Amino acid sequence: MSILFCSLVYLFLFLPIGVIVVNSFNATTTKPYQTWKGFTFDWYGKLFDNSTLLNAFGTTMAIALISTLLSTAIGTIAAVGMYKYKFKGKNVIDGLLYIPVVIPEIVLGISLLTLFSNTHIPRGMLTLVLAHTTFAIPYVIFNVRARLSGYDNSIEEASLDLGANRITTFFHITLPVLAPGIGGGALLAFTLSIDDVIVSYFTNGQVKTFPLKVMESIKSGVAPDVNALSTLILIGTILLVVLTQSNLFKKKK
Amino acid sequence: MAKMTKHRFRSNTLPAVTMVGPVTLWLAFFVAIPLLYVLVMSFCSLDSGYNVVFQFTLANYQRLLDPNYVQIYLSSILVAFLTTVICVAIGYPFSFLIARTQSKHKALLYMLVIIPFWTNSLIRIYGWRSFLGANGPLNQFLMNAGLASRPIQFLFNRGTTVLGMVYCLFPFMVLPLYTAIEKLDQSLLEASADLGAKKAATFVKVIIPLTMSGIFSGSIMVFIPSLGYFFVADILGGGNSDVIGNLIERQFQSGNNWPLGAALSIILILITLLLVKIYQKLGGDMDSLGV
Repeated sequence: MSILFCSLVYLFLFLPIGVIVVNSFNATTTKPYQTWKGFTFDWYGKLFDNSTLLNAFGTTMAIALISTLLSTAIGTIAAVGMYKYKFKGKNVIDGLLYIPVVIPEIVLGISLLTLFSNTHIPRGMLTLVLAHTTFAIPYVIFNVRARLSGYDNSIEEASLDLGANRITTFFHITLPVLAPGIGGGALLAFTLSIDDVIVSYFTNGQVKTFPLKVMESIKSGVAPDVNALSTLILIGTILLVVLTQSNLFKKKK
Repeated sequence: MAKMTKHRFRSNTLPAVTMVGPVTLWLAFFVAIPLLYVLVMSFCSLDSGYNVVFQFTLANYQRLLDPNYVQIYLSSILVAFLTTVICVAIGYPFSFLIARTQSKHKALLYMLVIIPFWTNSLIRIYGWRSFLGANGPLNQFLMNAGLASRPIQFLFNRGTTVLGMVYCLFPFMVLPLYTAIEKLDQSLLEASADLGAKKAATFVKVIIPLTMSGIFSGSIMVFIPSLGYFFVADILGGGNSDVIGNLIERQFQSGNNWPLGAALSIILILITLLLVKIYQKLGGDMDSLGV
């Protein structure tokens, strides 16, 4: 009974992915590409001729990498700083951190659009990176913070007492202890970035990320090569996460 | 001793500023100031060329009371409510089963909830549209089985919008529930059973109260975003079941009335603040919303 119930839930979760994977092998060439016309591998080949699609994918990856690096760096040192030091206005920073997490993404999107438009920052790669970094920072901080609770400050003091400076101590003592939290936060930042639709939709200018490319193609029917690329991305992320997660689990032990 | 304290305080100022400074500036520039811009814009007017001019008006807020808009707010709140209730109703027993399973594949069962979310959400929502569409597998199956003589129109109503919302937001319900249920102390359940409580009584009087925090954070994480997910309402609702997000999106794109869109966003911000306040009153922990 409970196995049946859980299986139905998993079926629900994976059903549309099954549709995507199956459609990536669909031999149909007529819009909206939904009628099954037989099996083919062609779309996986044609995918590599579709330069706009590949460019969109490259853009998505570049934005995800840069915003992950930025948000992980800023978020990690901020989490450590907020944990170690008491200062006025800490509550304000905390309050601001919760905003991107709880507020509907569309509000974050239009508020950034309003900012960029009023300050005449041209929308494109730069604004996408700024926007993605903004929504990722709180997730990095929360993940690192979860790791910090119960963190023993005395090992840092020992390091300082033994003559190491603050920077050496940070890189050799603090960072290794926090690695799983940082890794988890970075992974979350990366996945949020590659999947982001709403915030990108308002901050992209002429630049098309992969999700925005999909959005554009939905009106006329999503072509099988988009399904093929999605299938490849899914396989890629599964591999990436299996590799990184197994490392994280090892470090936890 | 006093001298020592003073010395430590002084030496901590620089590291504190260098560590917390960047995030403070970032949040000020990209969260606080943009929201202030939205607030100001919601009181601005449009000139004849659809340019925003800084001339104070309450007209945008008056337009929010347009019955057509009010109908969409109510419909959007209904969609959010149904989505949350369905996510709890399915997510709770599901999380319970995978959090307390004895199976050695527990970690895998948990990962299987997250894996679908590594595929772009738009394309998965489109996957549902393909599945339910007139030429889709479901209609093909029903016609081949003789259960339908022509394709059934499943799509483009409130039901399919709710389906899409549940689909997109389900993990945000499962993750906090899973955490709360996994933390349950087995000995409390045994104590309840030892003291003669029936399973149902233990569930209602012990398990539910102890996992309430998970239900609260899951509900917040499901209810609020569903007010804004305009693309789900677009793709699966087909314009017949818009959410507040659709109204905002239109003003900032095709409608080109940013001040009105800003005023609509203020509504969404107020709803969010209200729900978060209630959540905090009920003892909810803000950090558990982000992990």
